Amino acid sequence: MSTVLDVQDLKVSFHTRNGVVRAVDGVSFKVEKGKTTGIVGESGSGKSVTCYSLLGLVPMPPGRIEGGSAKFGDVDLLKLSEKELQRIRGSRISMIFQDPMTSLNPWLRVGTQVAEPLRLHEGLSKSEAWKRAVEALREVGIPDPEKRIHQYPHEFSGGMRQRVMIAMALITRPELLIADEPTTALDVTIQKQVLDLIRDLQKRLGIAVVFITHDLAVVSEVCDYVNVMYAGRLVEASPVQELFARPRHAYTQALMRSIPALQRKGEPLYTIPGLPPDLANLPSGCAFRPRQTPERQALCLTDRQPPLVEVSPGHWAQDCPGCLIRD
Amino acid sequence: MLRFTLYRLAQALGVILVVFTITFFLIRLTPGDPFAGEKAMPPDVRRVMEERYGLNKPLITQYFTTLGSYLRGDFQPSMKYQGMWNVKIIKDAFPISLAIGSCALVIALGLGLPAGIIAAVKKNTWMDYGFMSLALIGICLPTFVMGPMLIMTFGLKWRVFNVAGWFEKTDWVLPSLTMGLIYAAYIARLTRGGMLEVLNQDFIRTARAKGVPGSRIVMVHALRGGLLPVVAFLGPALAGITTGSFIIEKIFNLPGLGQHFVSSVFNRDYSLILATVVLLATLLVVTNFLTDVLVAWLNPKVRLS
Repeated sequence: MSTVLDVQDLKVSFHTRNGVVRAVDGVSFKVEKGKTTGIVGESGSGKSVTCYSLLGLVPMPPGRIEGGSAKFGDVDLLKLSEKELQRIRGSRISMIFQDPMTSLNPWLRVGTQVAEPLRLHEGLSKSEAWKRAVEALREVGIPDPEKRIHQYPHEFSGGMRQRVMIAMALITRPELLIADEPTTALDVTIQKQVLDLIRDLQKRLGIAVVFITHDLAVVSEVCDYVNVMYAGRLVEASPVQELFARPRHAYTQALMRSIPALQRKGEPLYTIPGLPPDLANLPSGCAFRPRQTPERQALCLTDRQPPLVEVSPGHWAQDCPGCLIRD
Repeated sequence: MLRFTLYRLAQALGVILVVFTITFFLIRLTPGDPFAGEKAMPPDVRRVMEERYGLNKPLITQYFTTLGSYLRGDFQPSMKYQGMWNVKIIKDAFPISLAIGSCALVIALGLGLPAGIIAAVKKNTWMDYGFMSLALIGICLPTFVMGPMLIMTFGLKWRVFNVAGWFEKTDWVLPSLTMGLIYAAYIARLTRGGMLEVLNQDFIRTARAKGVPGSRIVMVHALRGGLLPVVAFLGPALAGITTGSFIIEKIFNLPGLGQHFVSSVFNRDYSLILATVVLLATLLVVTNFLTDVLVAWLNPKVRLS
């Protein structure tokens, strides 16, 4: 199995008036060819920033990449100039986004937008690129693509727009697709269709996918490997079956307890108490400590940040005495 | 599209009719009349004059007579400038205002658009602050300060242009510049605001994620949406720009149309007031229609409905 993307010790921070916000603080993960790697976490846990920083999409300033490496093939994405990144974005690495309602340009025809990566990266003529765009739209299941390609985004429904986004992202046959909460803004039946579509295309084209989401149900459906992020760090990383069978970190367990479908009917829904910590002002020890139960809280590290350790083959978790549950 | 155009045409005629009616009756409410001068006019002469212009008939009869002659394309003689037809007055003055206004518009767009776009793209840099400070000065400076300043620099100090008048081919430069710089300031600020709003949208991030180069993002992905506020502003402003400015025409001593808007009211020149107001109203209606067409072209969502 070949590694498409190898991120090591990525650190991204934002320099704001309220101090330095460490959005991503030493994150490492790998993405294998043909596999889906999930990044799960609450809002503000740094999962999106992780991926945006790989493609140079973090606004700089105030953002700054403080360290780490991201090996993609034989290049380090973090070391590339904007020009070099432009050649990779949309041709070898593509992205799809959360809200298909706002992610397509309302002033441009769908065809112009879907064909644009081909025109930019492969230098195709307009008619050639549009022909390929019609095929791409057909491939993602848009009926009557010859007609639809001339329409504008507002003439498409939400689910159809996300299909357009997927067609646009995959039209250049990239090696890696980064999907940033692609189903969050869709209703459940459409979610299922879009997930199936991504999985089908992934299987057929053999691409690697990084799947960002806060929805564990989606993770269990599509991911092969899961990274759980909290406060800009990985708290747990594991193959998907292993994670759902034996979650080791208190945060992962709390997340799973919060899945409504897994709770008994009639009982109040479980929520994790408290709020994610302020990233500009992190506690010195274990970041999850303030949200732990009192007896566990006493055990959490307060003097240093807990390191990731391999608790069982391929399964990593933060080694905090209060949060890590060993067998 | 045909139905839309016909509907707008009917609407336009309605607006012009309302403006015509209001103007006609409103000027009759003002004290004085076209023949009230410093020297009182002998009663016999006055009677002849009033008879000649139909002012002795009941007001409502006058209204319908005037409306009838407007409908036949007869815009009546001026009541103050003896023997002059309003059409002739406007024909002489309007081209001058139109020429100056057109040049001012080119200056305003040529300076304002690039300045606004650059300020938006280079947000919070010295370029942004520089252009926006200039724009703020432009907005704050009244024409009667900007005009004399330009006259002092180019006319008196460097002697490149005439200080005033309408004799040489270069005489349009200073008035156009005065008007153009001030509109450029407005356009620059509107462009910056519009562009910033669009550049912060999600679809710009999508474009960046596709590897679209920065210049293409601005020109292809952002400009259409970013220019909407400018188009919305320019449409109505266009009528004002092309019919001339009283102040600028006074400063530069130009025989343009702007002066007639003001002087005809002082003269109580009933028929000339009506003619100029109807002209301005027609221009406003036309430019507003053109703006709507342009907005529909820029914005596919409007086009559909």
